[in-house]
Amino acid sequence: MADAADRPTDKTAAPAADTALDESGEPGLERQNAFSRALRAMEVDTRLLGMIAALLVIWIAFDLLTGGRFLTPRNLFNLSVQTASVAVMATGMVFVITARHIDLSVGSLLGVIAMVMGLLQAEILPEYLGFNHPLTWVITVAVGVAMGAVIGAMQGFVIGYLAVPAFIVTLGGLLVWRGAAWFVTEGRTVAPLDGTFMLFGGGVAGTLGEMLSWVVAVIAVAVIVYAALQDRRRRQIFQFPLKPVWAEWTNIGLLAVMVLGFTLVMNLYPVPQRAAQRIAEAEGIPIPPEGFDWMHGIAIPVVFVAIVAVIMTLVSKRTKFGRYVFAMGGNPQAAELSGIDTKKMTMLIFMVMGILCALSAVIASARLQSAANDLGTLDELRVIAAAVIGGTSLAGGVGTIYGAILGALVMQSLQSGMALVGVNTSLQSIVIGLVLVLAVYVDHIYRSRSSD
Amino acid sequence: MNAHPVPRDYTLDDFAGQTPLVEMRGINVAFGGVKAVNDVDCTLFPGEVVGLLGHNGAGKSTLIKVLSGAYHMNSGEIYIRGGKVNIQNARDAREYNVETIYQTLELADNLDAASNLFLGRELTTPVGALDDVKMEAETREVMGRLNPNFRKFSAPVSALSGGQRQSVAIARAVYFNAKILIMDEPTAALGVQETAMVADLIRKLKSEGIGIFLISHDIHDVFELADRLTVMKNGRLVGTVKTKDVSEDDVLGMIILGKYPEHLLEPVPA
Ligand SMILES: Nc1ncnc2c1ncn2[C@@H]1O[C@H](COP(=O)(O)OP(=O)(O)OP(=O)(O)O)[C@@H](O)[C@H]1O
Ligand SMILES: [Mg+2]
Repeated sequence: MADAADRPTDKTAAPAADTALDESGEPGLERQNAFSRALRAMEVDTRLLGMIAALLVIWIAFDLLTGGRFLTPRNLFNLSVQTASVAVMATGMVFVITARHIDLSVGSLLGVIAMVMGLLQAEILPEYLGFNHPLTWVITVAVGVAMGAVIGAMQGFVIGYLAVPAFIVTLGGLLVWRGAAWFVTEGRTVAPLDGTFMLFGGGVAGTLGEMLSWVVAVIAVAVIVYAALQDRRRRQIFQFPLKPVWAEWTNIGLLAVMVLGFTLVMNLYPVPQRAAQRIAEAEGIPIPPEGFDWMHGIAIPVVFVAIVAVIMTLVSKRTKFGRYVFAMGGNPQAAELSGIDTKKMTMLIFMVMGILCALSAVIASARLQSAANDLGTLDELRVIAAAVIGGTSLAGGVGTIYGAILGALVMQSLQSGMALVGVNTSLQSIVIGLVLVLAVYVDHIYRSRSSD
Repeated sequence: MNAHPVPRDYTLDDFAGQTPLVEMRGINVAFGGVKAVNDVDCTLFPGEVVGLLGHNGAGKSTLIKVLSGAYHMNSGEIYIRGGKVNIQNARDAREYNVETIYQTLELADNLDAASNLFLGRELTTPVGALDDVKMEAETREVMGRLNPNFRKFSAPVSALSGGQRQSVAIARAVYFNAKILIMDEPTAALGVQETAMVADLIRKLKSEGIGIFLISHDIHDVFELADRLTVMKNGRLVGTVKTKDVSEDDVLGMIILGKYPEHLLEPVPA
């Protein structure tokens, strides 16, 4: 690292790199050691590094406490599936909180949407289409998403146009939608769900399998390289300061290693023989005498999260909508005076949140293979905590999508780890509550240090 | 309070036959019971600077915020280039090429200079994505002209000095081809050199035919830059005068006492 940082950077970028140092405007650069200089050149978010470090500490600690049962392909696979539902909603909560609002209704919204989708696919659609019709899941998901959009927009309308505070509107929503979830079937749990729909839950069948996982991973790496180089090329055209080439490739390399490493681990988790036989029978594949050597690969809900994350990141960084969300959070008055229709924006932000609740409802009910009216209870707190642990500021104007997903992963790691160690659920709540407060405190310290 | 009626605006005689860029007639704005602006008229012609003067709380900012779409008037009429307009919000004002540099420098602190400059009017690529690189390039270009020392293009504007923030706000107005420019205390946060730069800029914009409302507490500056002065006191219009017809003492009298200069009062017909 040290060596790399001291090496003169790419010749073409050399004059530009000088300007980059000028622009940092910070004195005493020579006092900083090579490592932090390297980080600066790579333009890494040091906050992100802190979170990854915290995650690794948690993982290693639980691995030691459980005698090596935490860092196994099996547990990491389960962790990835368990995180998915909260992670999807957390990306939307980043927008909501960044725009200086809050949404307390997401758990209840998930509940009511899951109930309606459950009833639709298990009892209503089969009457017309028969069981496990290929269109069943498509119609079900479409109805769920539309329902999320409408409910979200309704709440957003009251917040944006009628100026009732988001806290109150969504607190009301928390009660209303949970109550509504009960009324869908008068409390009865709906099962079984549609076969294809359940693949979104990431059960044994709900994974990409070994081959497809590698294909997806390679495509992801290609996209990462392409996006980074594309960005660099744009900046080059305008002769802007550029990252040194080594930093660019180190960043790309780290991301690629993460994607491939994750894929490898998922591909090390074998499908149990009995489950493999069941799937083979269903698909008419002959059973080889030596048995199956199938691996799980990446779970479908995790692919879902990745797609949502990429879309939400693009929306936040590359669209007017995303820019306005941040402007509203930074200075609502400036946003208004810049001609931004903040009322409409507010409605749309809550509509996006509603759509994401619907997607989470798909994942959560598919994972449990049933829809119960208490599904998603307390999820609002998990989602808000994930966003906040991931660096979204409750004061507004600051937040990242990847942070929220990492935040969700940190929370789920704590919870799963404690469950694995055998900590009882009451103590789990206490620990998670304390971690949330601690995380926000550490973040506060970090920000007040780095802002001057 | 000041019982004597507002004298006839003799300054308009010079513009006989011309259509004003902006004409505000009988503007009233009340906040609760407080009449912040009380039956005020003012005009602005192309290529001139009108200084808006008055003590703190006289109603200057409120008056111009009606024009920039930030506040709604209770009654009154606004004409732009002779046509009556209905400005409901900031978007409407921008449609009429009214650009405003607010006293409070309304910037989104968490965004960088380019994002602020283009806020609400972002440049996009053919597929509709934000073209941040292009916006930064344009920002570097305008800022290079306005404030060549400016370097902090990637920092959020919260990390900028008051003067740097001001130059971002000014750059925004300049970039988007303001025809009517409102500057509410544009030099309040600036050093001597930057103030001189803004003064040069005002002269340059004026020569390009832009009309400028300039609000400032620095009488000296206003005298240097403004062609006409409109003075308010407690929400009411004291009167409008030509800068060359009055002394600084006359203007102080208007601001503090609400007294229209004697020598400009038309002789009362005997
Ligand atoms: N949003 C508001 N709500 C209530 N009262 C307001 C509001 N804005 C202005 N006022 C009142 O209107 C009056 C005029 O204020 P304004 O800001 O127009 O003064 P000003 O001439 O710009 O003063 P300054 O030189 O201090 O900027 C003041 O009495 C002020 O308290
Ligand atoms: Mg003012």
